[in-house]
Amino acid sequence: MQPEGKKRLWAEYQKSVPDDHFFYVRSCIRQTFFPGSEQAFLKIMRNDLGKDVFEDPRHTTCTGIGYHGDVIPFETIQTVVARQFSLATEAGYKNIAISCVTSFGIYTEILETWKHFPETLETARENLYKATGRVFDLPESISHASDIIYKFRDEIAAKAKYRLVDVNTGKPLRVVEHIGCHYAKMFPKHGIGGAEFPHVLVGMVESWGGDIVDYPERRHCCGFGFRQYLVQANRGYSLSSSRKKFESMEPYQPEMIVTNCPGCAMFLDRWQYVISDLDGITYGRDGEGIPSLTYEEMAGLVLGYDPWELGLQYHNVQALPLLRKIGIKADPDKRFLAKDGTRLPEPANLINS
Amino acid sequence: MEDLYSLLMRDVRFEEGLNACMNCGVCTAICPAAEYYNYDPRRVVDLVQTRKNDIILGLLKSETIWYCGQCMSCKTRCPRGNTPGLVIMALRKLSQELGYFTESEKGRQQFAIERFVGGNILNYGYCVASYVLDSKAHPEQGPIWEHYYANLDSVLARCGGELNGKEGPLRKIPDDTLDELKKIFDVSGATKLFEAIEKASEAKAEELGIEFKKEGTDNDYFRFVISADSGNHQIEDVKEEEYAARR
Repeated sequence: MQPEGKKRLWAEYQKSVPDDHFFYVRSCIRQTFFPGSEQAFLKIMRNDLGKDVFEDPRHTTCTGIGYHGDVIPFETIQTVVARQFSLATEAGYKNIAISCVTSFGIYTEILETWKHFPETLETARENLYKATGRVFDLPESISHASDIIYKFRDEIAAKAKYRLVDVNTGKPLRVVEHIGCHYAKMFPKHGIGGAEFPHVLVGMVESWGGDIVDYPERRHCCGFGFRQYLVQANRGYSLSSSRKKFESMEPYQPEMIVTNCPGCAMFLDRWQYVISDLDGITYGRDGEGIPSLTYEEMAGLVLGYDPWELGLQYHNVQALPLLRKIGIKADPDKRFLAKDGTRLPEPANLINS
Repeated sequence: MEDLYSLLMRDVRFEEGLNACMNCGVCTAICPAAEYYNYDPRRVVDLVQTRKNDIILGLLKSETIWYCGQCMSCKTRCPRGNTPGLVIMALRKLSQELGYFTESEKGRQQFAIERFVGGNILNYGYCVASYVLDSKAHPEQGPIWEHYYANLDSVLARCGGELNGKEGPLRKIPDDTLDELKKIFDVSGATKLFEAIEKASEAKAEELGIEFKKEGTDNDYFRFVISADSGNHQIEDVKEEEYAARR
């Protein structure tokens, strides 16, 4: 095929990500479970890449878990998101950078709804003004934070202290990438590579030296399912979905899992612990679990950040074997320290510890 | 009774999510919920498009509409551009507005989601936050969460944050911001929906003779709805030997 034709064919899978000046909105789940990841994103952007990322402490949850738990009406979440846009407008930012995949899906759903049903935008404007006196401009762009790291993956590779390569064998690490469903399954044009060829994590892994593992259930949901995890009686749904993925990836012997969704990173870690505890089953090589990392943690490791300041120890499946393979010398005794630097008791029954 | 299909059509998600369904079943093939529960999104959409009141009423009172996990994989795959997940969201909203959700075990769980997630949003400005996830109530979070929950300040400080600080992860959301959220809830329908969930749940608790409190999660009805499991929801379990043989 002529290059021109190829370009046209792939055009719908491309996404334009701004170069600079982002208004950052955090994720409830990432702040709760992996706060080091959001801090790493900001450090990478500001310190390593020299970018301007603004955060207004008055921004709130988008209410997304409540929305997909069906207790928050669509009109309400539109108004809450409109309030975030109002804070961005107030600060003079037009590019929104979103930490959470659930939020990202919601922002895409709302902007598409406003485009196709203009009366809903007017209602959101009215509701916001009535409730808060605020007004807002529509953003010029919305990016998931992983889109932005993807955009600058080669700059990060150029500054890398480590590569995703086993220093003992010289072979690329085998990496499972898991994309949160709401990143592009709903509105493929908003995701890099769309829903069919999501490239956002593949691009990072390959630029930083790793190999991607393709496996049958690669695109299956992690099983969060909102109410299916939130409610105790439903959690078998969530566990079963993750187990299906683990069983599918196991024969390919992956050495790490990386995700761009806060919930997925948590479930692909927690359910490994539950399966190990209940059934004595682990899915990595030699009885090990497969460390489940956020992409910010992966980027931070590549750039030489301290793994314990990234918060890598706050997973049930510890990353110690992975760090040894990459050649990162991190003292395991320094994982669990109190605020004043004294050692706290190490949690028992962690995997790979 | 008002025409239920017309009520569904007032929800823009329903209008967007359902054109004519040709019953191909691709949504069911891709659906994670259909692998776990007695659930068939193709059938739900087919029932809705009959537009018959008694059939839609049956769905609003059913267990079926509460099985979807809203991964929205169905949206990607439908050859007609339908989204059964959006149809489900519209059905759930209407079921709660009209009070029918308390007729099913899975529907009654909405009370717990409203109290827990709704409460977190209005009280803290987060859907979830580390300090509301007691490790004793979440054994599935494993030993790392026991450590984390017992040492929230230290963990956050280690990762460059300050619990309830002025900025950064898990900062304290200012009171005037929480006031704005509450006003948004009042003008845009969330407060009204919460009230509908509360009213129907209190009536159901009284009918069942279970203790109900006007606030919080420390009451028998809350504990009842989050843990009740008739065991009638799942497809047949994979036999232990079959599970072992697959590995």
